[in-house]
Amino acid sequence: MIWKNTVMFCLMFVLFIQPFAELNHIKPVHAFSNQVIQHGAVGDDVIELQARLQYLGFYNGEIDGVFGWGTYWALRNFQYEFGMKVDGLAGPKVKEKLVEASEYDKGYVKKQIRQGNDFTHYGGMPNKQQTEQPSKEQQSQQQQQQPASPPQEPTAVNVPSGYSQNDIQLMANAVHGEARGEAYIGQVAVAAVILNRVESASFPNSISGVIFEPRAFTAVSDGQIWLTPDETSKRAVLDAINGWDPSGGALYYFNPNTATSDWIWSRPQIKRIGKHIFCM
Amino acid sequence: MFRWITITVLAITIIGLGVFGYKEHQEKNAILLQAENNYQRAFHELTYDMDLLHDKIGATLAMNTRAQISPQLAEIWRLTSEAKSNVGQLPLTLLPFNKTEEFLANIGDFSYNTAVRDLEKKPLTEEELKGLEALYKQSGEIKKELRQVQSMVLSENLRWMDVQLALATSDENGDNTIINGFKTVEKSMEGYHETNMQTGIVSTGSEKELNKIKGEKITKEQARGIATKWLKGVDKSDLTLTSSGKGANIDTFTASYQKGDTNGYIDITKKGGHPLTVMISRKVKEPKISLYKGSEKAKSYLERINLTDVELVESNQYEHVGVYRFVYSKDGIRHYPDSVRVKVALDNGDLLGLTAIDYYSHHDDDALKEPAISEEEAREKVNPNLEIREQHLSVIENEAEEQVLCYEFMTTMDNETYRIFINAWDGTEEKVEILHSVEPKFKTSL
Repeated sequence: MIWKNTVMFCLMFVLFIQPFAELNHIKPVHAFSNQVIQHGAVGDDVIELQARLQYLGFYNGEIDGVFGWGTYWALRNFQYEFGMKVDGLAGPKVKEKLVEASEYDKGYVKKQIRQGNDFTHYGGMPNKQQTEQPSKEQQSQQQQQQPASPPQEPTAVNVPSGYSQNDIQLMANAVHGEARGEAYIGQVAVAAVILNRVESASFPNSISGVIFEPRAFTAVSDGQIWLTPDETSKRAVLDAINGWDPSGGALYYFNPNTATSDWIWSRPQIKRIGKHIFCM
Repeated sequence: MFRWITITVLAITIIGLGVFGYKEHQEKNAILLQAENNYQRAFHELTYDMDLLHDKIGATLAMNTRAQISPQLAEIWRLTSEAKSNVGQLPLTLLPFNKTEEFLANIGDFSYNTAVRDLEKKPLTEEELKGLEALYKQSGEIKKELRQVQSMVLSENLRWMDVQLALATSDENGDNTIINGFKTVEKSMEGYHETNMQTGIVSTGSEKELNKIKGEKITKEQARGIATKWLKGVDKSDLTLTSSGKGANIDTFTASYQKGDTNGYIDITKKGGHPLTVMISRKVKEPKISLYKGSEKAKSYLERINLTDVELVESNQYEHVGVYRFVYSKDGIRHYPDSVRVKVALDNGDLLGLTAIDYYSHHDDDALKEPAISEEEAREKVNPNLEIREQHLSVIENEAEEQVLCYEFMTTMDNETYRIFINAWDGTEEKVEILHSVEPKFKTSL
């Protein structure tokens, strides 16, 4: 009986001490890679930068691995407080100071990101208090899908200002449906035409309005728009949104082999890319 | 016995098929009807909007007090946007209906600009009143024509689905009443195009001023030479060279090549031989250089077009490529309209893309007027709830598409970043932008 109690006690003790053990464990210093980190960057270095800035209380946003404006201002504040040149670039000196001044619990941060928890990484606070577990249900679901989704990726992405991932997706669908056989440049041009139409006074003022305008795109009327787009069309859309317009400002394009309308032939033509003729 | 069983089975099958076919048919009709109803609604609402628009413009002409005109113009603006959205829902894309849409855009711009203006200080000018009168006449014309079409549609039970079919199947679309009606509307608008221009209501569009491009005409051979400079590792003989058509607003040579997985493309102006668009598409491997290194590379590529006075204003990493936006910068003044974008592969730092149309179409060396107000005065114009973090002097294009010199303030409030432009000549708040370029990844499978 006594023996049993001892075992129980030991077990309880171990269980009790476990979380603290994690805290007291001395962590090796995980330093950054030697790149200079600047606004717009993504990846592990950015995660570390954000975590360290948060540890020191400069950064209050989410640790998502994308160097956005929140991170930029936090970094500038840090540079100012530590008497460095304030330029918003994380160069070697800045990183050195950061590593000196803060701790980075890589395992903890990575684990939280992997599990999709809401978490923070402030200094002087036990990690337990900084995590908000998702509800049981969600968690079990996430655990199920864990093997499918590779961990350690940033949890956010850069998007060109004024557009959302969903806009990009919708355009990629349209581009894929309209021009999937075309060379890359032809796909960018088709995406550019959609954007030119949004800008134009004679067409609807939104991406969805332009794409779903009746009879505007054959891929919409015959349902090809709902094919799953490939990476190429997504890249093409991103390029078009970022300002590339190989179509030369075109508002229309057509395939000369299948075009039935006389009117479309009467438009002033700009150029031909692949199978499509682009016109005003 | 066997025969009877066969007969029964066959009979049941036939009846079953019949029922199935009938159900399918009914469903199809229901869906067609619904699509048809959507078109009908858009069309009838359009005619109604035009009616109201006509009345409202007429009433504005008769108004005298400023206090009344502004809300009236706001109402006109709302109606035009509604009408535009209704036009967008009709299957008219292959019909020349853009003059009418342009009319709507014109009146929308006009009413918005005057509605937000302080009419006490700057009342409607004589010209603007004339313009408004012209718009009144035009809207009357459109209204009349649309009413005509509408009455035909109603009396003859015309269906928009037939328009769809007529447009889709034949080039003989002259026979469709609705199409004819809309063509008449469009014709009646063509005559007005000129008057608008004279009365100061200019049609907006992408007709950029491109006469700022300088340089001598180049030959095809020279174009090939320039292309090989930009497209790495390509011989002149690999290139396909074409020339732009008569619809282009800048005459260009286009050179392109395809080599295995890689394809490249470049637009070169015939005048001056400047590269407008460069694009190279290939597989980009895991990043080896940082976004920062990439930006230095990007800057070095700009030296090829003798563009050294630049400032990096935006950088973004999309997976394995870095995209940078540079603006022309001289004497510490950023010229936002003169912008160049560069795309760099982060695996080896090669150039993947360049677009310089904005730079070539906006850049000139004209001297700017000196600021008339001090930075302190400009700071006072900024909302006091915002914390100013950074400031610059910069040139932007304002709503009236004029280039203006501004104090640019980067500010924050809570966790948001705002960019504010205060006109350096008269202190107007030209533009307030909220900056966010990061979006959380949405879980696609929950």
